[in-house]
Formats: sequence, structure tokens, C-alpha cells
Amino acid sequence: MSRERTRILIVDDEEIVRESLSAWLEKDGYTLATAQDGETALERIRKERWSILLVDLKMPGIDGLQVLEEARKIQPEAVAVIMTAYATVDSAVAAMKIGAYDYLVKPFDPEELSLMIQKIVTQQALVRENVLLRKVLKREYHFRDLISKSPTMQAVFDLARTAARSHSTILILGESGTGKELLARAVHAESPRSQGPFVAVSCAALTETLLESELFGHEKGAFTGAAARRKGKFEMAHGGTLFLDEIGDVTSKLQLDLLRVLEDRKFFRVGGSEAVTVDVRIIAATNRDLQKAVADGSFREDLFYRLNVIPIHLPPLRDRLEDMPLLVEHFLEQLGAEMNRQIDGVSTDAMGILMAHTWPGNVRELRNVLERAIVVAPGRVIETSDLGLRRPPCADIGDNGSLASLDDVEKHHICRVLQDAGGNISQAARTLGIDRATLYNKMKKYQLRKDGEPEPEQEPS
Amino acid sequence: MDVYLWWIGAAAADHELLGMVRRRTEQAFGLPVRAWLSHERPADSYDARRQQHSSTRILKWLLDARPKEAAKIVGLTDVDLFIPILTFVYGEAQLGGTAAVVSTARLASDTGFRPDHALLTARVVKESVHELGHTFGLIHCPRPTCVMARSVNLVQVDAKEPVLCHDCHIRFGELRKQGQEHHE
Ligand SMILES: [Zn+2]
Ligand SMILES: [Zn+2]
Repeated sequence: MSRERTRILIVDDEEIVRESLSAWLEKDGYTLATAQDGETALERIRKERWSILLVDLKMPGIDGLQVLEEARKIQPEAVAVIMTAYATVDSAVAAMKIGAYDYLVKPFDPEELSLMIQKIVTQQALVRENVLLRKVLKREYHFRDLISKSPTMQAVFDLARTAARSHSTILILGESGTGKELLARAVHAESPRSQGPFVAVSCAALTETLLESELFGHEKGAFTGAAARRKGKFEMAHGGTLFLDEIGDVTSKLQLDLLRVLEDRKFFRVGGSEAVTVDVRIIAATNRDLQKAVADGSFREDLFYRLNVIPIHLPPLRDRLEDMPLLVEHFLEQLGAEMNRQIDGVSTDAMGILMAHTWPGNVRELRNVLERAIVVAPGRVIETSDLGLRRPPCADIGDNGSLASLDDVEKHHICRVLQDAGGNISQAARTLGIDRATLYNKMKKYQLRKDGEPEPEQEPS
Repeated sequence: MDVYLWWIGAAAADHELLGMVRRRTEQAFGLPVRAWLSHERPADSYDARRQQHSSTRILKWLLDARPKEAAKIVGLTDVDLFIPILTFVYGEAQLGGTAAVVSTARLASDTGFRPDHALLTARVVKESVHELGHTFGLIHCPRPTCVMARSVNLVQVDAKEPVLCHDCHIRFGELRKQGQEHHE
């Protein structure tokens, strides 16, 4: 633990106090500075980072309380200790209510001062260590902007990293919201083309004609409204990566056009007769089952093979529930910063609901749900009611004409009771008339148990 | 490098105690330490409101009154010392400076019982070495047994040895070298 890194600002209007206090603390090796009034103090707090603020309560002009309030806004991580004389202990207590760490009554016992400073320094070191550790851990779970600790996704990251180094065409398959574009961007960023452009086109958003001109550009007068020659996305992506999202939605004419580009590496602008050659790496993506589309004839087999050089499957969120806490933490941090709100986390019940949701919109849906929750949450913890998610109905049984087995019925019933109890195991166990351990075992058997849920003997009653 | 030790207490000097402090400081720093005998005593260091003596004012007085050949001066006193922000101090020194002061008042006992002379001597020795260490520029050491460890209660004082730990000793050597280069 480095003491020099602990920066202490002493704010007191009495010179003798500033001098003797800094002489005393200097011998501990801390970095010290003094300010003789509130204004000077705030100036220094705005300009420099401080670990500890030792602030006298009573000062002419801006008093200690105001310094404290401002400091909390500018540097909330700086720990403030209030110094006061006997007469103002009440206001020192008031200062603690607005976030002071503690107060010292002048003159203070050397032991008291020493212990307090040591305690703060130790705590700050722990916080730093924790942040560092979490950063390291997170980096392990990161592939650029994608986060996951699930083994399936780790395999995806490995494959994508390897694929990035080649120039081969990549086909990303996955439901919407699984992060296909993020993966494409990550591949681009890790590739030798990272200095070149990354151009994304959504093939489903445009009509055939528009998409054609969007991809290949057009010559002046190629069609009504084509007032000037325009570069297409292929040309724009020259030297970089072209991301063709929702490739499964393109018409058969465009499928043929794309096939030609992939085969010849050249194309014609709409209305043009001159072949354009570009150096572009193609990453395509779709949420459709292309193999099925090939089988039923709606997608060209030859194009599919051209695209399917390196297929990467992004698993849906429901198949990597172990990532839920990680993703929730990440989004709360990210969104909280964007929206200027400090959110500490989600309640256990709310996490239960997030785990139980089927996530048709995957990670993107999760982000949206959390964004909404931050808007409506009154406190610093997201509660069940803030999520706007209902527990999904338990899977229906016996609706396929056959009679359900006893296990199916039990699973369904436990699921219903768990829903009613809002995920509260103890309450659900009471309703079912069984003990918690039995309920846990059944949840495990029917896979109703979520990852990370404590074993029954560890759960506080 | 002349280090002087000066009894500036109200009561008569305890020569046995002074002799021990002198020998132990010599051992700790490997430097000759001399006893300075004089009847002069710090003026206006007493604070009537606090009924204690300001260690800061004593340091200022020591700087002025010290024999000119003294590069370091340690004043030993029996009066209770304070610095304005603290209720008391065992001693005080100018970090990387010239003067230091150590008081026997609070080192004797914090329970009011008659002090054990050997124990008191051991504590005064440690605090004298400690404050002198500060004048050489040494800061507090994280090892609780090192003489440079911060001690704000008697348990901490008693836990220390009257010598510099290995690290502080190396640091002391560096600081002295720097100081000598500075003089040339
Ligand atoms: Zn010290
Ligand atoms: Zn040491």
C-alpha cells in the first residue's frame, strides 16, 4: 500500500492547525496540502484528486458544511473528515448526515487521528484492489464490446479471434439481439483491416432497387432521382469490412449480384458499365435458418457456400443465463453513466425474474429493460416492479393431445407456485408444504433452479 | 555531524537516563552523541489554557539556543507536550530538520502508577531515537517493531525495539549521503 498515493487536503482557517496537522501527517509519508478557506479548498478539489479531506467546520466565508456538500458532487470518492470544536459537535453530526466519514473534536487524541486515517487508507486500498480485480476479471470475459463467461461464448470469442486474422468471409448466425453486429465490429477491430472502414448495411430495411444502389452505388442518371454519381457501401468499405446484416432477407436478384461480387471481387454501379474492383472483407449475418432456406429454395445454395466459409453461432441469452449477473452489472454501469444515475444493482427477486424471462429479444432486450428500469426506479436498487416484466407463464402441459406425466404436472405446479411467490423459495416451499431443501432438489431436477442460487443450507432463513 | 542531547526539564536531570539515551542513539545511528549541559530553559512554551507546553515553540527555542556546532539537537523534558491540534504528544521533530524534543511526562505511565524506572528509560530511549530519526528525514515505518513505527500509545511504544529496522537503516544511509552531497 503506497502512502504517497494517499493525498490529504487540510482545510482550516487557523494557520497553526494547518501547520501542526500537516507536520504530524507528513511523518506518515502522505502527500499533503493545505487550504486556508472554503473557496481555496473547492478550487483545489476541482483541480486535483484527493483521498482524504480534513475539513474544519467553522470557517469564515464558505464553511466546512458547504465545502463538504460541493466536494461530494465534484469528488464523491474522496473521504471527508470534519474537524470541530466542542461547541459545534451537533453540526458535525449534521455533516455526517450529508456524507462525512466521521468527525474529530479539536484537539484530538493522537491515537484517534492515527486510527481514523489508517482505517480510511486501508479501506481505499481495498476499494482500489476490488475495482482492479473486477476490471481484470471483466477483461477476461470481454471480446471487445461483447461480454460473457459462458463456455459457449468463450468458444465463440476464440473462433472469432482466429477468424479475424484471416480475410475469409464470416457468417454470423443468431437470433436478433444476440450481438451479431457487435461481433462483426469486434472481428473488424481485431483484424489486419482495423485501420480501414467498417461499413454496415441492413439488407432487410430497403427495397430491392434501393438496396442495390445502396450496395453498389449508381451512375448519374441511372434512375429517376439519381442526380449524381454515388458510391455504394462496397466502395465505401474498400480496405475494410462490409457487414451485411439480415442477409437471409435479400431477394433472389440481389443474391445473384452478391454471388458475382463474391466470386469475381468486382461489380458494376447501377447504370454503369465499368467494373469496379474493391478490396473488402465480407461479414454476413442472419437470424434465419439459412440451411432451411436453401432446402426450400428461397436462398441460393452457391451463395450460402460462399458466405458460410467461417460460420459463427451466437447463442441466445436464455442459453447463457450464467452471464445474466455480469451483463446486468455491465449495463447498469454503462446506462447509469449515460443517464447520470448511480444504480447499485438489482434485488434478488428482480434477478430471479430476469433469469426466468425467456428473452426473445436477447441481450438487446435486456439492455432496453434495464434502461427503462433505471428511468422508473426510485432508489439505487432495481426492484421487481421497476422491470416491467411479468414472470412468463409456466409451460403448458397436456396441450398436445397426450396426457401429461406426473413429473410434468409437478414441474408445472412448482413453476406456478414459484411465480406466485415472486421467486421467494421459502414462501413457495411453505405453500407447497415441503421444506426448502426438497423444493431445491425438485427445482434442480426440473431445471427450475437458477445458476448462482445458494444451496438451501446457505440461504439465510 | 554533531548530535547534541540536552536536558531541558523542570526537575533535575536524571543522568542515568540521559546516559542511556546517549548510548542508544549513538548505537542506532552510528554517530557520536554529546550531552549538552546548560541551565537555560525554553521561554514561553507554556500554554496556560491547555496547561501544557507547546512542542512547536520548544523546537523553535532549541534552534535558537543550541550550541552552534550542533547539527542535530534533541531536547529532553519532563513537561507535558502538545501540538495545537492534538491533546498531547510524546515528542516532536522537524522532519529533515535540526531540532527534536521528547517528553517523559506521558511515557512514565498512563495509569497514574509510579513509573518503573527501567521501563520509562526504555521508552524515552525509543522516542528519542524515533524523533532524531525524523530529523534525518526518516518517516514512519510500517513494521511495528521498528523504532520508526508510529506510536500513539504506550503499547505501541513498548512493542518497538530501540533500533532502526533493516529498511530504515538503508534509508537512513541514503538520506545521510544525500545530505552530505547537499553540503558539498
Ligand atoms: Zn514519529
Ligand atoms: Zn523501519
